[in-house]
Amino acid sequence: MFLANPATLRRNGVLCMNKRNIDYIGRYNPRKFYKRVDDKLTTKQLALANNIAVPDLIGTVSEQHGIAEIPGMVDNTDGFVIKPSKGSGGKGILVVTKVENGRYYKPNGQEVTPSEVDRHVSNILSGLFSLGGKPDVAIVEGLIQFDPVFDGYSYEGVPDIRLIIFKGFPIMGMLRLSTAASDGKANLHQGAVGVGIDIATGKGLHAVQFDQPIDLHPDTKKELISIQVPQWDTLLHTASMAYEMSELGYLGTDMVLDKNKGPLLLELNARPGLAIQIANGRGILPNLRHVEKMGNHNMTVEERVAYAKIHFSANS
Amino acid sequence: MHSRKPFYILVALLFITGIAASVYRGIEHSVPFLPGKQVQSWAVDAKVSFRGTGEPAEVSFSLPEDPAYEILVENATSPGYGLTITNNAIDRRAIWSIRSASGKQDLYYKVTLIPTGQDKLLADKEPQIPTAYTWPATEQAAAEQTIDEVWSKSATNLSFAQQLNKELNANERSQNIELLLTGNSPSQLFIRMLHSKGIPAKEVSGLYLEDQRRRQQLSTFVEVYNDGQWHLFNAEEGSQGRPENLLLWDRSGTSVLDVIGGVNSQVNFSMLQDTRSALATAIDVMKNDNALDFSLYQLPLEEQSLFKGILLIPIGVLMVVFLRVLIGIKTSGTFMPVLIALAFIQTTLFTGLIGFLLIVAFGLMIRSYLSDLNLLLISRISAVIIVVIGIIGLFTLLSYKFGLSEGLTITFFPMIILAWTIERMSILWEEEGPKEVIVQGGGSLFVATLAYLAMSASWVQHWVFNFLGIHLVILALVLLMGQYTGYRLLELKRFKPLAGDK
Repeated sequence: MFLANPATLRRNGVLCMNKRNIDYIGRYNPRKFYKRVDDKLTTKQLALANNIAVPDLIGTVSEQHGIAEIPGMVDNTDGFVIKPSKGSGGKGILVVTKVENGRYYKPNGQEVTPSEVDRHVSNILSGLFSLGGKPDVAIVEGLIQFDPVFDGYSYEGVPDIRLIIFKGFPIMGMLRLSTAASDGKANLHQGAVGVGIDIATGKGLHAVQFDQPIDLHPDTKKELISIQVPQWDTLLHTASMAYEMSELGYLGTDMVLDKNKGPLLLELNARPGLAIQIANGRGILPNLRHVEKMGNHNMTVEERVAYAKIHFSANS
Repeated sequence: MHSRKPFYILVALLFITGIAASVYRGIEHSVPFLPGKQVQSWAVDAKVSFRGTGEPAEVSFSLPEDPAYEILVENATSPGYGLTITNNAIDRRAIWSIRSASGKQDLYYKVTLIPTGQDKLLADKEPQIPTAYTWPATEQAAAEQTIDEVWSKSATNLSFAQQLNKELNANERSQNIELLLTGNSPSQLFIRMLHSKGIPAKEVSGLYLEDQRRRQQLSTFVEVYNDGQWHLFNAEEGSQGRPENLLLWDRSGTSVLDVIGGVNSQVNFSMLQDTRSALATAIDVMKNDNALDFSLYQLPLEEQSLFKGILLIPIGVLMVVFLRVLIGIKTSGTFMPVLIALAFIQTTLFTGLIGFLLIVAFGLMIRSYLSDLNLLLISRISAVIIVVIGIIGLFTLLSYKFGLSEGLTITFFPMIILAWTIERMSILWEEEGPKEVIVQGGGSLFVATLAYLAMSASWVQHWVFNFLGIHLVILALVLLMGQYTGYRLLELKRFKPLAGDK
């Protein structure tokens, strides 16, 4: 059959968009805290104040005339990332992995001319990528030296780890690997590979691309299920701490592993997508309900992570 | 978690109020539930004529009052006469008066009537018990004997009247009745006998409505009261009940025409049947009754036509909410499809689709050039707006030159919306590739087409303007859909991989 039976989906605990919006985002994410996650600059500052590691901040551009300062900022770096502070869905992120004599190169080796960079920043400032088209700030960040453990698993991009943190508990995780189809981006709807990760161990469970299960990475042909995310405990801790920092009950954390600095918090998301369920091959609702049933708790980050590892593992 | 009860009560209230208001409008004000409905109307002319004697003359003429017919328009023409229409407790009368009338006088009264479908003669208050008729000595014995005879064969006031009417019109009447009919007309006799038993009854006049008849006279009927309702009898013919197309002209039981200061008075009727729009009729009736309270028809015509468009938006919005929340279709810009659909109403669907695609395609080409110019967003959008206006102007001119009048309607497209659509599509193209542009653009056009089909249906346009209660129902539906936490139709496909049994 072409369509799934809604009763089966409900039995499997699959969360849908309408229910996520009403019963989780609407109920657990107070509107007033949204700016903590919608504005990446605020998130960064909050994270630093809470001792959560983030990528280096090279500088910010908030006025059109500030664009001229960009070459000066990035000249002595190996590479840099320009992103809109209030962007959504990975829109408007420009990654330059090589700076050579004032010339910039994208991860796929294509050159980005300075005028293209200028236009990109100008678009960011005009609010082209921001929610509601509001004027925005461009953030220039240092390039992440991503951990070689993922070599061969990701094509031209930084693999990032998405965790759903519900009331402070990490309840579901996914590794996002870019592919040729996704143009180096880690967004599943653009063709990135999603690998469901076991909360208890950090091991791969199940992998999908374009919502269909796959076994091997489409470009590098590496087996995806065998993946093991290193420093998994640190990742869980950092992500769980984001709950206290943001005070959002239903939260998506995006993290990357840096070769030198370990797990870095890239951004938080108050409206995390539903594709993580497909990557894990199971619905998220049982875990959400489990936490809801616990009522108010006063557990520390360590206790929550320990609890989650016992109760929210795919094998439990 | 707070209780959902007040919310559902609110939704139910909106729903019930909306339906009730619409049904009230439909039944009480006879606004037709379907557009284009026709009703029959009757134009009746009454001509009162008499010969003046040179003295001051006063003519009192009873006016129709029948629950089965509603008066739409009435007027009286009477050169030189003073005219008042009195409305007393018993009946409505036109009173013409003049200081001096001599020779033949003609007075006209014209009325347009529409059937209401209310053929029962309900009495709003209990009539008085009539005083018994005092029979002349010659008739008393015969009358009493007949009454007793019929009374014993009846059970109620109504069956007494029915039996009596039968006896009066039997093929072989009893000698008693033959005797009584020599001194009384059948109607008179009928009423007098009913009065003897204390049953309220009165003589009324009715007019048979037949198309294109002239010089018609009133016929005499008798109304008999029983249990809150007047029953119509024709004692001359022995029949009971209201004949089809009968208009009760005078129900007061008094005379139809009184002339003081004139002789040879008479009244003639002529009539004409006509069909008119049920909606226009209902509006006229509401105007007569000053019942336009919550209707938009009291607005000036220009505002009315404006509202005809505005009131379609809730339908389009409902469509968008339905398609997004329950189906899960992606559109570019939340309510952009509604505005496009509004433009389609002016351009018609096919021309609209072609025009939209042409403008967006041209716009995208020019936008791709603008994107090379490295402009600020605001100036780029503004440039696109100006270019869109240029494109619209160009297409309008071209279609005029080629004699394609459909092309001229292209100006109805909302230009700012088109400019933003072009800008979004262009960004989408750069970021996600042409496939996503087709998906979202196609989704928007699909939603716009469905919204157009819903908004252009003539009965939808009829309902949203004439039954304002329907907007409360739409509001209730939109609120209700805002509570829907189930799967969207397209999610059933998306989550198909998760539907396997574990």
